[in-house]
Amino acid sequence: MRDVAIIGAGVTRFGELWDKSFRDIGVKAGMLAIGDAGLSGSEVDALFIGNMSAGRFINQQNIGAMIADYAGFALKHIPSTRIEAGAASGGIAFRQGVMAVASGMHDVVVVGGAEKMTDVDDASSNSILDSTADQQWEASMGATMASLFAMIARRYIHEGLATREEIASVSVNGHAHGALNPNAQFRKAIKLESVLRSGMVADPLGLFDCAPISDGAAAVILCPMDKAKEYTDNPVRVAASTQASDTLALFQRDSITSFASTRMAADRAFKTAKLSPSDISVAEVHDCYTIEGLMAAEDLGLYERGRAGKAFLEGQTLFDAGKVAINTSGGLKARGHPIGATGVAQIVEIAEQVRGTADKRQVKGARYGMALNLGGTGSAATVSILEGI
Amino acid sequence: MDVGIVSYGAYVPRYRITPEEIGKVWGENGKAMGKGLFIEQKSVPAPDEDVVTISVAAARAMMARTDVDPREIGALYVGSESHPYAVKPTSTIVAEAIEATPDLTAADMEFACKAGTAGIQVCMGLVGSGMIEYGVAIGADTSQGAPGDALEYSASAGGAAYLIGKKNIIAKINRTISYTTDTPDFWRREGQDYPSHGGRFTGEPAYFRHITNATQRLLADAGTKPGDYDYAVFHQPNGKFPTRVAAMMGFTEAQITKGLMTPYIGNTYSGAVPIGLASVLDIAKPGDRILVVSYGSGAGSDAFDITVTDRIRKYKREAAPTVEKIVSNVKYVDYATYAKFKGKIKMEE
Amino acid sequence: MSSTAREWREIPGRYNLKGSKCPECGKVFFPKRSMCPLCRRASIGKMIEYKVERKGTVYTYSVVYDVPEANKRMKPYVVGMIRTDDDILLTAQIVDVDPENVEIGMRVQAVLRKIDDDGPSGVIHYGFKFAPCE
Repeated sequence: MRDVAIIGAGVTRFGELWDKSFRDIGVKAGMLAIGDAGLSGSEVDALFIGNMSAGRFINQQNIGAMIADYAGFALKHIPSTRIEAGAASGGIAFRQGVMAVASGMHDVVVVGGAEKMTDVDDASSNSILDSTADQQWEASMGATMASLFAMIARRYIHEGLATREEIASVSVNGHAHGALNPNAQFRKAIKLESVLRSGMVADPLGLFDCAPISDGAAAVILCPMDKAKEYTDNPVRVAASTQASDTLALFQRDSITSFASTRMAADRAFKTAKLSPSDISVAEVHDCYTIEGLMAAEDLGLYERGRAGKAFLEGQTLFDAGKVAINTSGGLKARGHPIGATGVAQIVEIAEQVRGTADKRQVKGARYGMALNLGGTGSAATVSILEGI
Repeated sequence: MDVGIVSYGAYVPRYRITPEEIGKVWGENGKAMGKGLFIEQKSVPAPDEDVVTISVAAARAMMARTDVDPREIGALYVGSESHPYAVKPTSTIVAEAIEATPDLTAADMEFACKAGTAGIQVCMGLVGSGMIEYGVAIGADTSQGAPGDALEYSASAGGAAYLIGKKNIIAKINRTISYTTDTPDFWRREGQDYPSHGGRFTGEPAYFRHITNATQRLLADAGTKPGDYDYAVFHQPNGKFPTRVAAMMGFTEAQITKGLMTPYIGNTYSGAVPIGLASVLDIAKPGDRILVVSYGSGAGSDAFDITVTDRIRKYKREAAPTVEKIVSNVKYVDYATYAKFKGKIKMEE
Repeated sequence: MSSTAREWREIPGRYNLKGSKCPECGKVFFPKRSMCPLCRRASIGKMIEYKVERKGTVYTYSVVYDVPEANKRMKPYVVGMIRTDDDILLTAQIVDVDPENVEIGMRVQAVLRKIDDDGPSGVIHYGFKFAPCE
C-alpha cells in the first residue's frame, strides 16, 4: 500500500445558494481543489463523489457521470463513482479515493462531496434526512432524526453524562468558529442563552442544537505521497482513513449514549496511524445535533466519558484554547451541513489546519488532525487522521 | 345448546369536549343544550384514532378476558356508520390484529346506530346453527355531526366488542327479536362528510316507535314484564331519549342508570348500546336479567333478553379495564383542538 | 411516500409485534430477521416467529415539534424508545398522555393506531404505538 497525500483542497460557500445548481457547486469545489493543487486537470484519472440524495433533492441520479461531465472529464472518460452513506457519504467517498490511490489503482484522484438541499421545501428535506434512520421502523413510526438525537440527549442527561447547558455549548463553540470562517453558513458568534431559548425541534433539542439545511460542495485532490512534491510544497499525509458500521436502527444498540461505530473507526485509525488521542491538535466532529458532537468527542477518545460537556462549556475546544480544537470550521451547525459535502469539507478543514493555511482560526502548531463523519444515528462512521508535512 | 356472550371488551377515546365549549363557538347556550340532552360531555377521538383502532382496542380487551384461541373465531363483523374506508373492510384489519385470520368470514355492517347489535344477531345465527364455533360482533363509531348542527353536541366515538359462542358463556341470550320499517329519520349520502336528519321526526315515529315496539314484542314473547329485569339498556343518542322511553314503558331509573353512558361519553352510535351493555356486564352477577334494545335510523330496533350465568364468577373481567375505568381517564379539549382532531380544519394535502 | 405493498408485508410486525427468535442461541429480535447476527449461518432458514411482549417501560423519549407532514395534527407528539418486558428495545410513539407527564421508567403498553396514510384517497397504515398502562 502506498502512502497517500492530499495536494489540493477546495470548498464552496455553504448556505442557501439560491442561484447555484448542484452542477454549479459540484464543479466549483472541484475547480478550487484543482487550482489549489496547481493541476491543469488533465492529470486526474478518477473521481469519487459523496452525495446522499440528489435523487430526492433534485430528482437526479447518476451523479458520478453528471459531475464528471460538467467538470470537463467526459471527454477523458475517466471513472467517476458516486458514494452514498447518509451523512457519511462525503467522508466515505474520501476513504474510497484514498484506497484507490493507496492500492496503486489510480494516481491522481479527485474526491468531491456535494448536496443541493434547498430545491425542496423544509418538510421534504426533513423527510429525506429521516430516511437515513431505519425508514420502516423508526422514521415511519414518527421518529425524526432530531428526535432520535433528542432521545440520546435525554439519556445523556438522565445518566448524568452531560447537562443541558453543556450540550448546548457545542453550538456556541461551532458558532464562535463559524464567525472566523468566510465559507461558513453562519458567521456569527452566539450566546448559550440563545441556544437554550431557541424554538423546540425535538425536546430537549432546540433549533440552535440542529445543523441547518444547506447547499454546498467540497473537494480534495489525492495522489501518492512520493509524487506529492511534484505538485505542491505543502502536502498533507493521510495517516489513516477508517470506517465502521453499526445497526441501522438506534433501538437495536446495547447503548445509545455511545456509538460503537465511532469507537471502532477511531481505534482502527489510531492503530493505523500509530498515534493516540493526545497527539491530536484539531478535530472536526460530526455535530448535526449538538449532542452528537459532544458524544463524538468522547467516543473518539479526545475526552473521557462524561467529560466533553465541561470542555465545550468552558471553551477548551476553541481554536486558541491550547487544547484539542474542535470544529474550527464551525462544525455542521455553523459552517452548514450540505449532507454529501460535509465529510469532504471536514477533510478540507483539517488539511488547512495541519498545513497551516486556516487563516484566522489557525490552531497553532497543529500537526495531526482528525475528522469524524457519521451517517444515520452512527450506523456509518468514518475517521481520518491527517498529518501536516 | 344455549348461545350467548363468551367475552366482551369496550373502548372509548380519552378526549372530551363539553356542550358549553361547542355552544360558545356557535352562539348557542351550550350548557342549556347539554342539560336538555342530558349530555355532560362527549368523547373525541385522537387524530390517530378511527373505527379500526377503536374496534381493535375493544376486540383486544375482549380477547384478553378469555382463553379462546383467536383461530377458533369463524366470523367477525364490525358495525359502524363511520368505517374509514367506503370500500375496504374494517373487519379484516380487526381480524388480523387479533390474529383470527385467515380461516374466518368477515364483513362490515352498516345500520346507523344498530349495526353492532345486528352483528350480534348474525353471530348468534351462525353459532346456533353450528356453522361456526365463535363469532365476534363489534359496534364502533367516530360519528360526525356537522359543525353547528345539534348533532355536534352528542356525536362521539367509542365501541365495544362481543365474542358470541356456546361454550363458557357468561351471559345467555334467551331470545332476540327485531322491529324494522322504512323510516328515513337520519341518513348520510355516499360521499357526504356529515349525516342529515329529520329534526323532530327522529323522535316519535322513529326512535320511540321502534324501541317501544321491539321491547313490547320481546316482553310478550318472553312472557316478562319490565320489573323482571335487573338492568335495561336502550339506545342512547342522548341521555334524554332512553330516560323517557324507559319511563314510558315502566322501567325505573335504577334499571337504566348503569347502562346509560351517553351523558359521560356522548352518542357513540353503533358503539352506544354495546358500551352500555358492557358497563352492565362489568358489575352483573349470576342470574341478573338484562334487557337490551338498540335503535338504528332508517329504521329498526334489535331487542335482546339476556340472563347472566354462573360462569361470570370465573370470568377474567379484571384482564381489561371496566367501562367505568375507561371513561375516568379524561382530557378536555377546546373546540379548536376538537376541530383539528376531527379533521374539520381544511389542511394542505 | 408510502407504498401499499411495502407496508402490507410488514403487517405482522406492525399490528402484533411479530419478530424473530434464533433457535440456536434463543436471542429474540424485533423487527424480524432472516438470520441471527450471533449465530449467522447456523440460523439461516431456521429463525422462528416470536411475538414481542406488549408491555414495557419508557427508556427514553422526545417531544417532537418539528413534525413530519403525516403527524401535523398530532403536534407536538411524543416518540420514545420502549424496553419491552422481554427486553427488546423498540421505537414508537407514546400516546394518550400529555407530553409533560411522560417520564423515563413509565409503564406503557402497545396499542394499534393510525401511523399515516397515502393521502386522502390512499391506503391508511396502522401500527403500534404505546399508551400508559391501565
